[in-house]
Amino acid sequence: MSEHNRLLKELGLDVALHDELSRATERSFQRTIGAQQNRPKTMAYFDGVLHGAHGGRIAELVEARKAGRKVVGTFCVYVPEEIALAVDAIPIALCGGSQFTVPYAEKTFPRDICPLVKSTLGMAFAKICPYGPILDYMVGETTCDVKKKTWEIIADDTFHVMEVPQKKEAVDVELWRRSVREFRDKMEQLTGKKVTIERLAESVRVMNDKRWALQRLTELRKADPPPLSGLDALTVMQGALNDEPVRFTEHLNILNAELEQRAAAGVSPFAKGTKRIMVSGCPSVMGNWKVHHLIEAAGAAIVVDESCTGTRYFENLVGDAAQDLDAQLAAIADRYLKINCSCFTPNNERLDDVKRLARDFKVDGVVQYVLQYCHTYNVEAIRVDAALKAAGIPSLKIVTDYSEEDSGQLRTRIEAFMEQLG
Amino acid sequence: MTRTAGIDIGSRTTKVAVLEDGRLVHSRVVDTGTDPLARARELLDGCRADTVVATGYGRHLARERLGFPVITEIKAHALGASRLFPVCRTVIDIGGQDSKVIRVESGRQVNFEMNDRCAAGTGRFLEVMAVTLGYTLPEFGQAALAAPTSVAINSMCTVFSESEVISLIAGGESKQSIALGLHESIVSRLLALVGRVGVESPVVLTGGVARNPCIRALLERRLGVPLLVPDEPQIVGAIGAALSAGNGARP
Repeated sequence: MSEHNRLLKELGLDVALHDELSRATERSFQRTIGAQQNRPKTMAYFDGVLHGAHGGRIAELVEARKAGRKVVGTFCVYVPEEIALAVDAIPIALCGGSQFTVPYAEKTFPRDICPLVKSTLGMAFAKICPYGPILDYMVGETTCDVKKKTWEIIADDTFHVMEVPQKKEAVDVELWRRSVREFRDKMEQLTGKKVTIERLAESVRVMNDKRWALQRLTELRKADPPPLSGLDALTVMQGALNDEPVRFTEHLNILNAELEQRAAAGVSPFAKGTKRIMVSGCPSVMGNWKVHHLIEAAGAAIVVDESCTGTRYFENLVGDAAQDLDAQLAAIADRYLKINCSCFTPNNERLDDVKRLARDFKVDGVVQYVLQYCHTYNVEAIRVDAALKAAGIPSLKIVTDYSEEDSGQLRTRIEAFMEQLG
Repeated sequence: MTRTAGIDIGSRTTKVAVLEDGRLVHSRVVDTGTDPLARARELLDGCRADTVVATGYGRHLARERLGFPVITEIKAHALGASRLFPVCRTVIDIGGQDSKVIRVESGRQVNFEMNDRCAAGTGRFLEVMAVTLGYTLPEFGQAALAAPTSVAINSMCTVFSESEVISLIAGGESKQSIALGLHESIVSRLLALVGRVGVESPVVLTGGVARNPCIRALLERRLGVPLLVPDEPQIVGAIGAALSAGNGARP
């Protein structure tokens, strides 16, 4: 048994089954990300983040806990990471992107809920989630209905549910600011440390640096041809939800420097004039490369992602002009409330985002990506489609889960969409 | 003189069409079976085409193993139907495992919808149901067309519909009215796809299911427009593929 598997065994995992998951993930990686040509050299670090998510990162977190730090699992980009970081806790996104664990959730949970929730729960139920045993705390939130009801089943006294409002009126802003302050209290109780204005200013700087680097990466994708593939940009984004933030930003800045050179020299996995696609809608979390792979295998370049594994994670920085703690917390809350998730109503700001990004990134078409049974994105797609139509931008809606059973039909639909773009 | 061939490797049948300076000179339809590449080679043997373009469900296999450029069956049907009926503005293609509705302007597709994942409401559905009712395919369409009444079929899934049909038979319903009910359920499902794209007349019906007289009659009635049906609706995709040779096919 390898040293790492010994660690997983100590954590109480089903090591043999975990090996199967690792092999399934590796096959999927080799078929998609690994099969690409002409990748930036410094992407190697981000491939490593992906491969280390159940490896080196776990060992690192185990060590961090021994040193007294707390690990906090999250399920949504609405959870303000800077507050956890301000008390030296480590936030980690737990969302699952693998079909492998879906059947384990379906033993007790309904089949007709979204694959992201099923994959995440299945990982825990099958005893192959290495994060489960090393979490000190979890933070859920009141975004989608399936998550809210799931928390009722899995939450214990180390689980906190942040209330996210459903609208963005003045009263909702107040409610959300209160949720953020309450989260601060929970983090202080967990760690026994105080969120001070100095610590918070420091963690805001860490998160803003990270967001700024992601924004810069995104900006570089405006080049024709873009210096990296959409699959690689997604790999970076998936890493952003797992990796240690300061180290991640350092490496992202290195990648950005390489991309700048590539863009200047016209180096790209794509030919100039390759059709430019925006993917908009649901997130594609680690393990899920399905639709991005299908789109780029059909000969297009994904140049921007309007999703929680895209612009919704890193657009807008936290203002740092606040003079006192309450104002600083309010500035954090206000930054997060600009995330335009389909669980809000109305959500006109998202329509504006999609139109703006389509224009700024000169996209030829938009693929609306909806995870099966994600009702809010699925229904909102009607308005997004209408907004795009009015702006003269073609769009294709894809509703799918993590399984491969529909890839033949999806491939045909995506290729036909490319043909339609000319 | 240029001779181009289109090979349409579908889930149920494989079709070849050969054009000489754009004029159809040869075509053939065979069952795809379990070795689509062998079938494709067989069909192309002796076609003496300068270029071959592949389409259909097996197109990528033909691209990887035989080096043919490809187009999707959606583009292929748009091109083929527009060649046969230049006035065409909507194509409804009902194939073995997919149904598609394609809006066409001046021979180019401008929008489309296609069923996702399962084969409900397609040719394969009709095949399975014909067997369940003890009809051959031609008898099945004729029986449905002649049925005086119909029974509502609630299930869209091929497997569930089969159980539903069996219980209807056990309940004493006539084979004919069940047959009509099944045809109506396919057409209703198709109309949902049509509704999403929006139908513009003239409408061309292609694919193997276009040979079914009851589907044609029901669709015409529900759409309220006459349908243009090619003499050989199965080879429209192959014609479209042949037309795209050197002109829009993806190497």
